[in-house]
Amino acid sequence: MSMPSASSTASAPQAPAGWREITLGQAIREALAEEMRRDSRVLLLGEDVAEAGTPFKVLSGLVEEFGAERVIDTPISEAGFTGIGVGLAMTGMRPVVDIMFGDFLTLAMDQIVNQAAKVHYMSGGKLKVPLVVRTTLGATRRSAAQHSQSLHAWFSHIPGLKVVLPSTPYDAKGLLKTAIRDDNPVLFFEDKMMYQLRGLVPEGEYTIPFGVADIKREGSDLTIVATSSMVQVALAAATELEQLGISAEVIDPRTTSPLDKQTLIESAKKTSRVIVVDEGYQSYGVTAEIAAVISEGAFYYLDAPVKRLGALDVPVPFSPVLEDLTVPTPAAVVEMAKTLCGRV
Amino acid sequence: MVSEHITSSEERPLTRDEASRARERQFWLSLYEQMLTIRLFEEQVNELYMSAKMPGLAHLYSGEEAVAVGVCAALRRDDYITSTHRGHGHCLAKGAAVDRMFAELLGKQPGYCRGKGGSMHIADQESGNLGANAIVGGSAGIATGAALSCKRRGSGQVVVCFFGDGALGQGLLYEAMNMAALWQLPVIYVCENNLYNEYTPNSETTAGDMLARPRAFGIHTEEVDGQDVRAVYAAAVRLVERARRGEGPAYLHCNTYRFYGHHVGDIQRSYYRSREEEEWWKAQRDPLKLLGSWLREQGLAEDSHFAEIERRVRALIEAGVRFALEAPYPDPQEVAQHVYA
Ligand SMILES: Cc1ncc(C[n+]2csc(CCOP(=O)(O)OP(=O)(O)O)c2C)c(N)n1
Ligand SMILES: [Mg+2]
Repeated sequence: MSMPSASSTASAPQAPAGWREITLGQAIREALAEEMRRDSRVLLLGEDVAEAGTPFKVLSGLVEEFGAERVIDTPISEAGFTGIGVGLAMTGMRPVVDIMFGDFLTLAMDQIVNQAAKVHYMSGGKLKVPLVVRTTLGATRRSAAQHSQSLHAWFSHIPGLKVVLPSTPYDAKGLLKTAIRDDNPVLFFEDKMMYQLRGLVPEGEYTIPFGVADIKREGSDLTIVATSSMVQVALAAATELEQLGISAEVIDPRTTSPLDKQTLIESAKKTSRVIVVDEGYQSYGVTAEIAAVISEGAFYYLDAPVKRLGALDVPVPFSPVLEDLTVPTPAAVVEMAKTLCGRV
Repeated sequence: MVSEHITSSEERPLTRDEASRARERQFWLSLYEQMLTIRLFEEQVNELYMSAKMPGLAHLYSGEEAVAVGVCAALRRDDYITSTHRGHGHCLAKGAAVDRMFAELLGKQPGYCRGKGGSMHIADQESGNLGANAIVGGSAGIATGAALSCKRRGSGQVVVCFFGDGALGQGLLYEAMNMAALWQLPVIYVCENNLYNEYTPNSETTAGDMLARPRAFGIHTEEVDGQDVRAVYAAAVRLVERARRGEGPAYLHCNTYRFYGHHVGDIQRSYYRSREEEEWWKAQRDPLKLLGSWLREQGLAEDSHFAEIERRVRALIEAGVRFALEAPYPDPQEVAQHVYA
C-alpha cells in the first residue's frame, strides 16, 4: 500500500476516503490493539503500562479492553521483565516489552544482546524469540543526560536484532504490526517528541515490510538520509533549500537493521551529494555506517564525501540553551547542504 | 531407562508387596543409571579435551549428578528447564541423547545446535531444555518468562531454573524471583551450591543467609542434601506438585560439590581448595556411592545389577563418542544461517 498523495506530515485539509489524521501515539496504540485482537499470544509488559498507559499515555485504554492478564504492570526491573519477555517469546507467546526511556535499555542489555539476539543462532535455528522491545529516543525534552539519549546504533550493531525507527504515524502503525508478527527480537524506537505528530493513516489493515526505505520527498541535487526524529528536520531543511533553488531528496531507511542499502545507493548515484542525519551520537553511530554504505556503493558517482550530522558527542545537558546545541537542526542541515552544493 | 520386566522367575502373579518393591528397584536403578551416564559422559568429555579432540572448554558436572537427576525425575518431558555453563548433567537428565550431545561438544553438524552452541549453549527443545547459558544467572528471566507463558497458556507445565551459588550475586535473579512471587508463577529455582564461584569460596562472595534471600520474597524455600538423589527427588516432587497446583514458585537449595576443577583446564586447585577436602567429598559424599549403598542395604539391588548398568552405560557412551568423532562438521555455508528466523 502506498501513501495517498497528500503528505503524511502536513495536515491535509481533506483526507482521502478511508484515511484519517491521527497522532503517532494513536497509531502505536491502534497497532497494538489490532494485533492483540488478532492474536491472543500478544501481550504487553512494562512499568506503568496498564491503568497509567505509560507516562506518555500511549497505551491508554488497552488494559480496559484486554485486561491485566495481557497488559501487565511490572516492578521497576528492566533486566527482569525483558528476560521474562525472552522466556515468553521462546515458549509460544509474542510479548511486547515497554522500556520507558531508551536510556534504561542499559539495564536490560544482557537480556537483549546476549540472550534474545543469540538464542536462535546458538540453538542452530531451533528456538525463536518473537519479542518486541518498544522504547523511546530523542532529546530536547529538557530531561538531561539520563532521559534523552538515542541509543539505536548499539542494537543495529548486533546480529540477530532488528531495529525500527518510525518517523510518521503511518510508518509507526505499519511497522509495529510487522514487528509483532516477526519471529525475531525487534527493537522499536519511538521519538518521544513525536507522539503528538499528526499524519494520515488508512482505516483498514496494512503492514510495512522491514528493510524498505521510504522516499519522503523526491529531489535531484542532494540526498538527505534521515532517521526517526530527524526526518522532520530533514523535510524542514528541504523546504528551505527549495527557496534557494536546491532540490533535496529525503530518504528514511525506516529500519537500520535490516538496512535498505539499494535505495540509499540509488539515490546517491542520482544526486551525487549526500548528508546523513541521525539523532544518535555521531561518533561510531548510524551516520557513520550509512555513510560507509553509500561511499562504497556509489563512490564513482559522488561529487563530495558523504557528510554526517549526528548528536553532539556530549552527555545531553539540561539547560535548554545548551541542549539545543546538541541536536541536528534544519538550519544546520541547510548550512551543510549549501556547502556541499557550492552555495557559500 | 531400565527395561526390567516386573515378573517373577517362578511365573506366578506377584504379590502386591513384591510388585511395589520391583517398581521401587526399577525406579531407583533408572536414576542410578542416569547419574552414571552423566558421570561417564563427563569423564569422556575430560578425555576428549585432554587429548585435544574437543575445542573450547567444558565445565564438568561430576559430583553434582544427584541434583539434575533428582530434580528432572520429578518433571514431565514437556516441562521446561533452563541450564547453566555447567549444564551437561541437566541436559542428559532432561532427556537429551548422548550421541547428539557429544556431536555438539565437538562442533559437529548433527549436534543439538548444529555445532553452533557448544558445551555452554546446548538447547534441546524436544526435551524441554530451553538452553544452557554462559552468562552466570542469565537464564533467570527466561525461566520466569517461560513460567508466565505456562500460566498464560494454562498448559500445566512447570519450569525449573538451575543456577550455581555464584548466580546469587546477580541482580537479575532477584528481579525475576520478585515477579515470580508476585504473579505466583510455576517456577522452581534450583541453586546448586557447590561452595565455589569459579575459584573463590562463596563465603567470600555471599553475605548473610542464602536461604533468607528467596524467603524475603515469600517464596517457599527448602534446603536439601544435593548428594542424596532420594532427598533431592522427594523435595523436587513436592515443589513441582505445588507449582503445578498453582501454588507458586519455590526455591530449592542443593548442597553439592564438583569433583573436577571449575573447567577441564583447572588442574592446579590448591590455592582455593584442598586435596583433602576433595578426597573427602569423593569418598564420603559421592551421589552414586550413596545411592548404591542404600540400594544394597535395602536388598533392592546387588553387584550384578550395577555391573549390568555399567556395561550398558559404557557401551552407550562409547557409541556416542564414536558417532560424534565420525560425524561431519557443518557446511561452511551454515555460518550465516540462523542469524534471523
Ligand atoms: C555474568 C558472568 N560473569 C562472569 C562469568 C565467568 N564465570 C563463568 S562460571 C563462573 C563461576 C560461576 O559460579 P557458580 O554460579 O557458583 O557456578 P559453578 O561454576 O560453581 O557451577 C564465572 C565467574 C560469566 N560466565 N558470566
Ligand atoms: Mg558454584
